[in-house]
Amino acid sequence: MNDGDVREAITRTHREEWGRVVASLTKRFGDLDIAEEAAAEAFAAAVERWPADGVPPNPGGWLTTTAGRKAIDRIRRENKRDDKHKEARMVYDDDPPEPVGAIDDDRLRLIFTCCHPALAMQTRVALTLRMVAGLTVPEIARAFLVRETTLEQRITRAKAKIKAARIPYRVPSAEDLPARLSGVLAVLYLVFNEGYLATGPGTDPLRHDLTAEAIRLTRLIRALLPDDGEVAGLLALMLLTEARHTARVSGGGELVPLAEQDRGAWDASLIAEGHRLVRERLAAAAAGAAPGRYQILAAINAVHTSARDIRDTDWSQILALYDHLVGLDPSPVIALNRAIAVAELDGPDVALAAVDRLDDKLADYHAYHATRADLLRRLGRSQQSRAAYDRAIELAGNTAETAHLTRRRDQLG
Amino acid sequence: MRYLVSVIDDKSNPGSTDRQPAISAFNERLIAEGHWVFAGGLADTDAATVIDNRGEQAVFSDGPFVESKEYLAGVWVWEAPDLDVALKLAAEASKVCDRKIEVRPFL
Repeated sequence: MNDGDVREAITRTHREEWGRVVASLTKRFGDLDIAEEAAAEAFAAAVERWPADGVPPNPGGWLTTTAGRKAIDRIRRENKRDDKHKEARMVYDDDPPEPVGAIDDDRLRLIFTCCHPALAMQTRVALTLRMVAGLTVPEIARAFLVRETTLEQRITRAKAKIKAARIPYRVPSAEDLPARLSGVLAVLYLVFNEGYLATGPGTDPLRHDLTAEAIRLTRLIRALLPDDGEVAGLLALMLLTEARHTARVSGGGELVPLAEQDRGAWDASLIAEGHRLVRERLAAAAAGAAPGRYQILAAINAVHTSARDIRDTDWSQILALYDHLVGLDPSPVIALNRAIAVAELDGPDVALAAVDRLDDKLADYHAYHATRADLLRRLGRSQQSRAAYDRAIELAGNTAETAHLTRRRDQLG
Repeated sequence: MRYLVSVIDDKSNPGSTDRQPAISAFNERLIAEGHWVFAGGLADTDAATVIDNRGEQAVFSDGPFVESKEYLAGVWVWEAPDLDVALKLAAEASKVCDRKIEVRPFL
């Protein structure tokens, strides 16, 4: 094995084993801080030793053992100074969790702790990416455009709160699981969306690292909770969105709307996997399972990705799905997206009337103004369209989207 | 693990005043389930006095240490194995008291 192979083995092991090592150490030592630091030290030891000693036959086992030794070293060092450590152990129950899925995996405990509702949303995102996904602090700071010191503080404070307030290290009871799981999925969806439409002038418009990480974590949850419909729905939604990513930005760095994308550039295998999941959920719905919002959003994306040409899109099916979604989630953003389907079926004038009714709720949302601008343009109301594009450009945070909106505005007669 | 559970009222938008029977029933349950350590409602913040004896002599001042729209209306001390248990009870307490609740661990 040459150096390149060893490096690749370390990278692969890091991706696959980090969360597992942190999770099992947290369970053993009852402390996220110790688990994180010991896992990092064990990976550093691998970088040092594997090139000379070779990659061990069971890399994950080697890392867990090495990290366990590092953790014990640290505890011994600290116990000499401070004997309070034992009191501050995190609580977990040794009983297997409620039968939520086929596998009892410590990573599931870790995910639920990192996404605990007593932590702020930004903190949950940072903690999940650090502890479960193994991204470094500089990587996460870069992804969310915050300073490393700020992010480091956020993670440190979160670990301190988990310890001081006794946020437990366990999978919630069956009764609490749906609500808690939806909090976990919200974190993953937020990570995905930040990658899908990255904000900020200094970043790439698409952050493939973030969408890939979100998909990887959602796959993990799917493997751990295979019977949950919303997990399947969110994974399908991500896959069907990710499948279009190469077609979403032009060579010139401009966002390409769905209608103008080169559908031949879509990733057929991701689409096939997404469609398989949607079919699985449709069968469950036919058997009486009420679909949640991720499943319906996935179904909408399945309709889009089933059309070989924009003209083949089954808009009435999409509108029916949006109607269903509005029933579950009457948010103005859903109503805005519904109006886009209305424009295709009933014409831009009907859609514009629906969009205008959202003005008081979405006045600061760039997509509201972009949608209005497009509808006004289609109605030949150039002057009003230009004003709406101006406002959308002012509010849009994504460089590729700004480029697209600017070109559209400048094409107005 | 002990938690200080604060009941927070809002002067400009106070909670309803007919909660006492429901709170008493909730207290009975806290006692029966082994969570109850202490509970007490507080008099109006106007009745508070602040004492500062860090200098030469004690200084007494009339009123609470901080004037704000939101104020502490009562406290509990609960025993609970972890935050999830405390938060679940606190969610019920908020309904029972018709007020916001803060949960804070003791050291």
